[in-house]
Amino acid sequence: MRKSDKKSIPTKYILFILSFLCMVLIVLSFIMPGFASPVKEGVSYMLVPVSKGMNQVGRWFNDRKDDLSELRDVMVENTELKAQIADLQNKNALSVEERSELEELRTLFQLSEQYSSYETVAGRIISRDSSNWFSTFTIDKGKKDGIEVDMNVIGDGGLVGIVFEVGENYSLVRSIIDDESNVSGQFASTSDKCIVKGSLQLINEGVLKVFNINKDADISEGDMIVTSNISSKFLPGILIGYVKDIENDSNNLTKSAYLTPVVDFAHLDIVLIIKQQKYTGG
Amino acid sequence: MLRKFVLTITILIFYLLQTTLFKALSLASVAPNLLIILTFAAGFMRGKKEGMFVGLFSGLVLDLFYGQVIGFNALLYMYIGYINGFFHSMFYDEDVTLPLGLVMGSDFVYNFVYYVFRFLLRNRLDFGYYLIHIILPEMIYTVVVTVVLYRIMLRIHRKLEAYEKRRATKFG
Repeated sequence: MRKSDKKSIPTKYILFILSFLCMVLIVLSFIMPGFASPVKEGVSYMLVPVSKGMNQVGRWFNDRKDDLSELRDVMVENTELKAQIADLQNKNALSVEERSELEELRTLFQLSEQYSSYETVAGRIISRDSSNWFSTFTIDKGKKDGIEVDMNVIGDGGLVGIVFEVGENYSLVRSIIDDESNVSGQFASTSDKCIVKGSLQLINEGVLKVFNINKDADISEGDMIVTSNISSKFLPGILIGYVKDIENDSNNLTKSAYLTPVVDFAHLDIVLIIKQQKYTGG
Repeated sequence: MLRKFVLTITILIFYLLQTTLFKALSLASVAPNLLIILTFAAGFMRGKKEGMFVGLFSGLVLDLFYGQVIGFNALLYMYIGYINGFFHSMFYDEDVTLPLGLVMGSDFVYNFVYYVFRFLLRNRLDFGYYLIHIILPEMIYTVVVTVVLYRIMLRIHRKLEAYEKRRATKFG
């Protein structure tokens, strides 16, 4: 414990040995992924309950922070709103027209009720990725609640992501806004297939990239994109979001666009894990 | 013994804070990197060896929970701790500018390497964007948190030193 410098190995050598060990671990995790899961399980037994508690504290602080900024916004809003009242009275007449649009949207919405028939488990998000580079998070349900890898995660009325690692009492979810996420989707109205890709760069603007849309697809702004029936991991018909800014690609064969997700990932708290898994016969 | 115990607990607490409380308090969708602060502090206050070990274990904890590649963060944090240890000879209690500079440097190096291995290799070439939207905000937030945490860590450091000195005179 105390300084017995005479016998101890120079730090330099320890550094080399440890670097070598780390390299071995890195190589190991590439050739046999999941070799460390027993260790992970052990540590998680200790840390997950604490995470749960701490997360509640964090949420409380966040709510207070939101309250403060809301108050400021509300005061500004109040003055604006007074001016708007007069304006709105005129617009009231127009609302009759909008009612018919509402009917239309309601029929579209029935599609989203399709996946309410799946058996789900509710989970709470207890911690988020430690770096600022990826959008993965931990939920407080694991193997003992019947969660398995590749189960779809929904919440807030749309697709949230997919389970990519499961422990005894926790599991890790990669959200669709993650930079490494790819989801096979399709347009709800025309069944044109596309790929929805998460991007760290785009999500700061609140959108995801949609590409590989057929050039002849008859689509327009605001169309709904759902998970496709040919996806290997996602159940069909789960709402992902609404498309915007459709553009022809330079190859003149495909179109690409942006997608506004329906899920508010910043304020996501409780998610549903669908216990049914897609079976593709593979 | 006490030191090892304190360090282990601190690593775990910092890890938990980083993934829960500070994620909720994130500004501009960026949260501070507490374990970098700890790794730097260990290297800077105590020297290369301790920086190296604290870095190694901080990285391992991160890898075990959020890393797909075990050992990557451990390796990176270990070197950051070790390199900070070179500045141990310039460690004075009252000086604040050097520690803040070191934290900034450490956080930059960490994120830069992370970017190169996890993003650049996947053909995400727009470094400028990531620099402005992820790396710089994280550096600033981390430095601000350091201003508060540094004093607390300094106090713990002094307490531990005093405790060890007492033991040394008692038994040595």
